[in-house]
Amino acid sequence: MTQPTLPEPDIAALPIKLSIQDLSFYYGKYRALNHISLDIPANHVTAFIGPSGCGKSTLLRTFNRMFELYPEQRAEGQILLDGEDLLASRQDVALIRARVGMVFQKPTPFPMSIFDNIAFGVTLFEQLSRIDMEERVEWALKKAALWDEVKDKLPQSGASLSGGQQQRLCIARCIAIRPEILLLDEPCSALDPISTGRIEELIAELKKDYTVIIVTHNMQQAARVSDHTAYMYLGDLVEFGDTEQMFFKPRRRETEDYITGRFG
Amino acid sequence: MRNEAARRARFLRRKWINRVALTLAFAAMLFGTFWLAWILWETLRLGFESLSPALITENTPPPNEPPGVGGLANAIWGSLVMVGLATFIGAPVGILSGIYLAEYASRGGLAMTIRFVNDLLLSAPSIIIGLFVYAVMVVHMRQFSGWAGAVALALIVIPVVVRTTENMLALIPAGLREAAYALGAPKWKVIIHVTLNAARAGVLTGVLLAVARICGETAPLLFTALNNQFWTTGLSGPTANLPVTILQFAMSPYESWQQLAWGGVFLITLIVLGLNILARILSRNTSS
Amino acid sequence: MQQGDRAISPHPRAHMHATESFNVVLRVAVILLSQIRLRMRGGTFHPRRFTIMPISVSAEHRRFMSNALADRLFGLLARGAALLTLASLAGIMLSLVIGAWPAIRAFGPGFLVHNAWDPVREDFGGLVMIYGTLMTSAIALLIATPVSFGIALFLTELAPAWLKRPLGTAIELLAAVPSIVYGMWGLMVFGPVLARYVQQPMQSWLGDTPMLGALVSGPPVGIGILSAGIILSIMIIPFIASVMRDVFEVTPLLLKESAYGLGATTWEVVWRVVLPYTKTGVLGGIMLGLGRALGETMAVTFVIGNMNQLDSLSLFEAANSITSALANEFAEAAPGLHQAALIYLGLVLFLITFAVLVCSRLLLLRLQRNEGSGT
Repeated sequence: MTQPTLPEPDIAALPIKLSIQDLSFYYGKYRALNHISLDIPANHVTAFIGPSGCGKSTLLRTFNRMFELYPEQRAEGQILLDGEDLLASRQDVALIRARVGMVFQKPTPFPMSIFDNIAFGVTLFEQLSRIDMEERVEWALKKAALWDEVKDKLPQSGASLSGGQQQRLCIARCIAIRPEILLLDEPCSALDPISTGRIEELIAELKKDYTVIIVTHNMQQAARVSDHTAYMYLGDLVEFGDTEQMFFKPRRRETEDYITGRFG
Repeated sequence: MRNEAARRARFLRRKWINRVALTLAFAAMLFGTFWLAWILWETLRLGFESLSPALITENTPPPNEPPGVGGLANAIWGSLVMVGLATFIGAPVGILSGIYLAEYASRGGLAMTIRFVNDLLLSAPSIIIGLFVYAVMVVHMRQFSGWAGAVALALIVIPVVVRTTENMLALIPAGLREAAYALGAPKWKVIIHVTLNAARAGVLTGVLLAVARICGETAPLLFTALNNQFWTTGLSGPTANLPVTILQFAMSPYESWQQLAWGGVFLITLIVLGLNILARILSRNTSS
Repeated sequence: MQQGDRAISPHPRAHMHATESFNVVLRVAVILLSQIRLRMRGGTFHPRRFTIMPISVSAEHRRFMSNALADRLFGLLARGAALLTLASLAGIMLSLVIGAWPAIRAFGPGFLVHNAWDPVREDFGGLVMIYGTLMTSAIALLIATPVSFGIALFLTELAPAWLKRPLGTAIELLAAVPSIVYGMWGLMVFGPVLARYVQQPMQSWLGDTPMLGALVSGPPVGIGILSAGIILSIMIIPFIASVMRDVFEVTPLLLKESAYGLGATTWEVVWRVVLPYTKTGVLGGIMLGLGRALGETMAVTFVIGNMNQLDSLSLFEAANSITSALANEFAEAAPGLHQAALIYLGLVLFLITFAVLVCSRLLLLRLQRNEGSGT
């Protein structure tokens, strides 16, 4: 055996949560993703990296069909969530989004109180008594490691929090509706290093309960938080594999160039 | 399992509310555009029917003439002169005040007060402006006059121009001003040659919009210019003008007058929409 | 050495005696004037022609002085123009109060709630007109606000991309159509239609109902409070709708996507996220519409019927508003108490619009402060 033993078992052996098969994506006539296929394992953190415009965010936005807000965008192929095709599903998109939560580049607290920010999503799907709702809000805020900081100011506006706190509020808001998958679209790009550190710790916590997919432009972040990494370039999936192997022994030359900074 | 059913029911209800709300929004759009299209259609149809060369060559006829006799020439002329004069008075004052607010006193109590007062004048009922000019000019001159009408219109032009001028100057990047000052240019030259020059399309747009607004203003002319059945050469007496003539003719029982009123409304609508479209083109060309 | 330099260059005037500097100022003024005159004749300006200049004043110095003077003149001009705005408001207030004074003295604040308008016996009260103004504006807002909200929602969230721009432009252009057009259409086209297809059926349907019956009594001729309110609402819809559309459009895309991302429907996104986010702007738009409706003259004068009565609260009955009373009576009113009473009405209208503006400002300020501190 020349191959050193990897700390994680091979991806193929893991239970698969989301399976992308032959996915192409179009902005009008322009094709932004070319026949992407990859399997995302359950209860792991998967990172998408690559230079700007490589399609990593575009790919992420197909998983909750966010692109459908824009009539000129469309996707072809299959995205299987536990075997069910999200793209072909006759299930309503709102129900899909309840199962696949998303956090964005910038914190987006809704113009309401901290409590209502979290209750908003929950009331969309469940009718809870006041007490149950308070329990749910507390649970979500604790999960997002924000409870201790905001427990005394729940009626205050969400906008009164700091940037890092706002982003954790957004994560709590997603968790509160108990999704199966969490999509994080460059969640730290607007945050300072300390807040970024807290979010990264949080991500490591969250993978116990959720399948986490993170898009990042920061390779160190990908190396720190993810178990598996996909490197994308110009709409193609160049390489997908175990994060450690990818960063230390990339199989493809292009990946190595990008990771070592010789890209471009 | 029961939980899942409850979830499903809740979701279906939300879905249904969404569909109803969006249908209502669509209905609102239809409702709004229906009225507005109806108004424009009737104005254009009835106005077009009463169009004839006489409309702009002949003076307003006496009542009870057969339809087709007479035109609105004196009213059109009076309106043109008064609108022109009002722009001539109001635009420079408005531009200068806008410059003062943007370049001399952008902060501070006085600027805040002037801005607030300007907003107040902008939203003041135009008939009140007419009352004011009546009190200060008509009463003292003991006569309704075209001058008073022009001043009343100018008072409507000023706040519109002040607002747009200040907004447009505020959009000019500070770097441009600083670059000019760094060359040692005095402030008035910087303002006239650099900032105002850079903002001139926007300022002109504001003036055009103000002109469009006063073209159709009727209320401030009721007790200032009044109206006149004849062609007036000077402005020192009651002066014929389009809006008041339309009001008088439309409210009259005579068919010939009503027809002329539609012709007048048609002309005003065309001019106002034309000016607005021109202003739009102007501001679009500079922003892109 | 350096200190001396600094003292000279930025403040050359400090070195001159008072008389000398006065001399210079005078001469600069002469130069400026002659320059203007020369320019007007199409000639060019040659400073050398002016032999009266003392040799001690260098060319550079002269230019500095002329620029400084021009700067001051220009600054004063701009300031003067701005103060003119202030003065015109003071003038309006003052002239209204002076003009209304005989009526204010005769009737006092009771004028506002006194129901009488008798030029022969010189007994005046503004209740009828004030009621007419407030009632028509209320009807207008009641109709226009939801319709405008629907239009803005349609334009920002539902309309296909190719339709957004032309429809939005059309709405904005309609805001520019002069009110006399609305008034004339209301009198000649809409009034008869309203009478025939709305008022007559409503009367035969509700006429015998105790409470509602009173609201729909009177001659169904398409003139009165209801028709004025409807015309006003059609007139202010473009104003409110275009402001609402503008503020909806500046809502950050990420905020909307976040709400969609939680599984919210379009309606939930607009009603629970976009609307709270834009509430100050939306409120501003509604206030703008209210201001328009209160002060509108022509659209109301044509269709309200100009009858000074308040005996029947029917929406179909002809009535009067402040603006239409002024438009109809003022030019023919005899100087004296009748005219003063009309100006008193004008003053009341001005104060109402003033109050609306102040209220909306305070409300906006409070909303903004709440947003900022989060308490």
